[in-house]
Amino acid sequence: MSMRIGLEHVEDLARGAAILGTGGGGDPYLGGLMLRQALQDGRTVELIDVEALAVDDFVVPFAMMGAPTVLLEKIPSGAEMLAALRTTERFAGRPVRALLCAEIGGVNALLPLVLGARCGLPVVDGDGMGRAFPQLQMTTYHICGVPAGPMVMADEHASTVLIDTREAAELERLARNMVVAMGGSSSVCLYAMDGGAAQRSLVRGTISLALGLGRVVREARRGSSDPFAALLAYLRGTEYYQHCRILFAGKVADLLRETAGGWAQGRVVVEGLGSWAGRSVTVQFQNEHLVAREGERVLAIVPDLIALLDSATAEPITTDGLKYGQRITMLGISAAPIMRTPAALAVFGPAAFGLADPFTPLEQLG
Amino acid sequence: MPELLRIGVDVGGTNTDAVLLGGCTVLASHKAPTTPDVGSGIVAAIDDVLRCTATPAAAVGAVMIGTTHFTNALIEARNLCRVGVLGLGAPASLAVPPLVDWPAALRAVVHGHTAIVAGGFNYDGRPIAPLHPDEVRRAAREFAARGLEAVAVSSVFAPVNPAQEDEAARILQQELPGVDVTQSARIGRIGLIERENAAVLNAALLPMAGRVVGSFRRALANLGLRAPFFVSQNDGTLLDPDVVTRYPVLTFASGPTNSMRGAAFLSGRQDTLVMDIGGTTTDVGVLVQGFPRESSVAVNIGGVRTNFRMPDLLSIGLGGGSRVVVADGRVRVGPDSVGFRITEEALVFGGRTLTATDIAVAAGQAEIGDRGRVAGLDRRLVAAALDEIHRLAEEAVDRMKTSATAVPLVLVGGGSVLIGRELTGVSAVTVPAHAGVANAIGAAIAQVSGAVDRVYSYEALGRDAALARAREEALSRAVAAGASAGSVEITEVEELPLQYLPGQAVRIRVKAVGDLALERAA
Repeated sequence: MSMRIGLEHVEDLARGAAILGTGGGGDPYLGGLMLRQALQDGRTVELIDVEALAVDDFVVPFAMMGAPTVLLEKIPSGAEMLAALRTTERFAGRPVRALLCAEIGGVNALLPLVLGARCGLPVVDGDGMGRAFPQLQMTTYHICGVPAGPMVMADEHASTVLIDTREAAELERLARNMVVAMGGSSSVCLYAMDGGAAQRSLVRGTISLALGLGRVVREARRGSSDPFAALLAYLRGTEYYQHCRILFAGKVADLLRETAGGWAQGRVVVEGLGSWAGRSVTVQFQNEHLVAREGERVLAIVPDLIALLDSATAEPITTDGLKYGQRITMLGISAAPIMRTPAALAVFGPAAFGLADPFTPLEQLG
Repeated sequence: MPELLRIGVDVGGTNTDAVLLGGCTVLASHKAPTTPDVGSGIVAAIDDVLRCTATPAAAVGAVMIGTTHFTNALIEARNLCRVGVLGLGAPASLAVPPLVDWPAALRAVVHGHTAIVAGGFNYDGRPIAPLHPDEVRRAAREFAARGLEAVAVSSVFAPVNPAQEDEAARILQQELPGVDVTQSARIGRIGLIERENAAVLNAALLPMAGRVVGSFRRALANLGLRAPFFVSQNDGTLLDPDVVTRYPVLTFASGPTNSMRGAAFLSGRQDTLVMDIGGTTTDVGVLVQGFPRESSVAVNIGGVRTNFRMPDLLSIGLGGGSRVVVADGRVRVGPDSVGFRITEEALVFGGRTLTATDIAVAAGQAEIGDRGRVAGLDRRLVAAALDEIHRLAEEAVDRMKTSATAVPLVLVGGGSVLIGRELTGVSAVTVPAHAGVANAIGAAIAQVSGAVDRVYSYEALGRDAALARAREEALSRAVAAGASAGSVEITEVEELPLQYLPGQAVRIRVKAVGDLALERAA
């Protein structure tokens, strides 16, 4: 099963990726513009199923790493993406057969497609996070034993740096320093693997999922029907994400942000409106939304997804875009089973973010 | 000492309104049709409020003008000039060329030529690449060869360091005498695409801005008004007219902001829905503590994405000039309108077009024009059109409301006569006195502001020092813009940490607002 991604898919994909970004991952608007530019003149990029890979095909995820705010100003050149890919191939001594997505939440959902359109490589339908996460070891690739290194980083001058270590935390530390030296954002190739490893470690079908989420919101708006009902109906028809519900709806009553260790941490307090009136829910975030609580009671917790959407339009809102008085609706979505194993929870479960609460699946809460 | 008198003027697409304010009292108001030359409509409106209060021109302390002229020019893609775009940022920024996301029709009118040259800065102020004056000169020759009248310059991270934009503008002005140059850092915030869009829109409006401000000046001179005059900007505060000739884009949202601020002033309500029915459109917005709720999403103007802070408004095509037609057995009201030609085209004015105003007059909701000319209208048509008008209004209210409970509504604007009965979902409709000229009142009561939006290093400066520096700059900008130093207050402080970066780089936005300095106005 494969499909061609063209200009007509960009808007849906960008919106779906923002929903899956759970507040972080960077605004995919810019990724959408880059993709539209790359798909000018009728160009397309092929989206393939992971089963279409041969077990020894060489595949590599492509992403950008750094501060989303920097990306809003320092838009990439395009040359750095190819430089990261070519240096990866040169070091491995073999050509890349297909690109993978590292992070479906936010701008990184679109960037492998930008590179694919520019260099003619297909992109595999799926990713390594099933959402957005703040650190590069927080992937199913890592959990399934794929080494993150060697990692190639490139800047807008197409200068590349190769970090050759197999230890993910060490790679994260070195890469963070290099991102700063590169001006706050870098193009990266990491977790290079073979087709067999991709088949074992991928969160499957998430690019199609993002496309579908974006499409149902667009269609609901055009038909003046309820976009939240459309989102729930769509998710319930999927294999992994069928546990989903509206957690809460109301208005932003308080917003606390602080910066610590380079993370945008904080919490947002939402006071209920309509059938939720008189109640209040707090969402704690570290770049992405981590946990939604009503009093002491947990409504949803990482790695399950908590998306905050504009109550009128179902447009996803990032933590940077939160404002007092906004009307928002919280959507809880179950993470894929591959992200809920003990090994996965050890890497990106609640404890990894300093939360004392155990992980409880969304479908057992509320 | 006599009380300071202020005149507020709103130049809309349909009407030009003037009010005379003495302190907090509306002494007189007048509504005149907007004229194609702008100026004579202003003269007519102001002249009326002065004459009917027997106020000598010399007694007026200040004149504030709000206008939707520039917004309308953009939406209709007329009176715009072709712009050369100079991007400073290569090799970064090349993956997304300027204007890529514009509506094709507007881009075709505005886009003259794009040159992207080496330059730009990183978030910490380090250059991405040095600026090469020869590359700027080469771009200037390309702009000149195409006969472009204006140029927009945008550099990566110009809000952090505007030095390259300044340098490029200097070179462009040497190479292209008589060509207007807009620098992105002077009008926009962080976000290259949106700031660049704003700079290009601004450049496209520059020749028109000179003409419009000139016609304002001549109108006031003709009236013998020697008082200083100001133009409303997006956040409802005032701009010096010289600033408007260079930055017309700063007036874009002033119309709706003025109308909502005027509604708060007139009704005394601080938290309410506001519906402003004009000649062509109806805007519905939300007042929170007397100020418009701001939109949380990037604002599209004429299909172009900008990052201006705009009131969160819903606009629908319903107004006093809306055409009323029967098609397929259904009565349709708007979205097309006769606009400022209402005084020639509407039935009550002896015209031949059935408009929403004619319906309101026929239903006995308003005394406008000659009622006899609509006496013969089919009563069922009038009833059906009234139903449609109220249905459109109720739907707009429902879309802006965020809860099911009924909310209060303040109704303003010249078209407010269209609403003649209770609206579903609304607890109480207030139509304050002078509701027809709320925009002009919003202009008249406007304050003066100064704003800062910049990235600071908390590690280098410390949080307190960085915040203090940003506050100080906002305050001094407000005073430089005409606020009296004693009245200026910080009204907004926002800190946005830049994620993933050490050095605690934080983007700080501060806004300061104060009263217009009276000694300047006296």
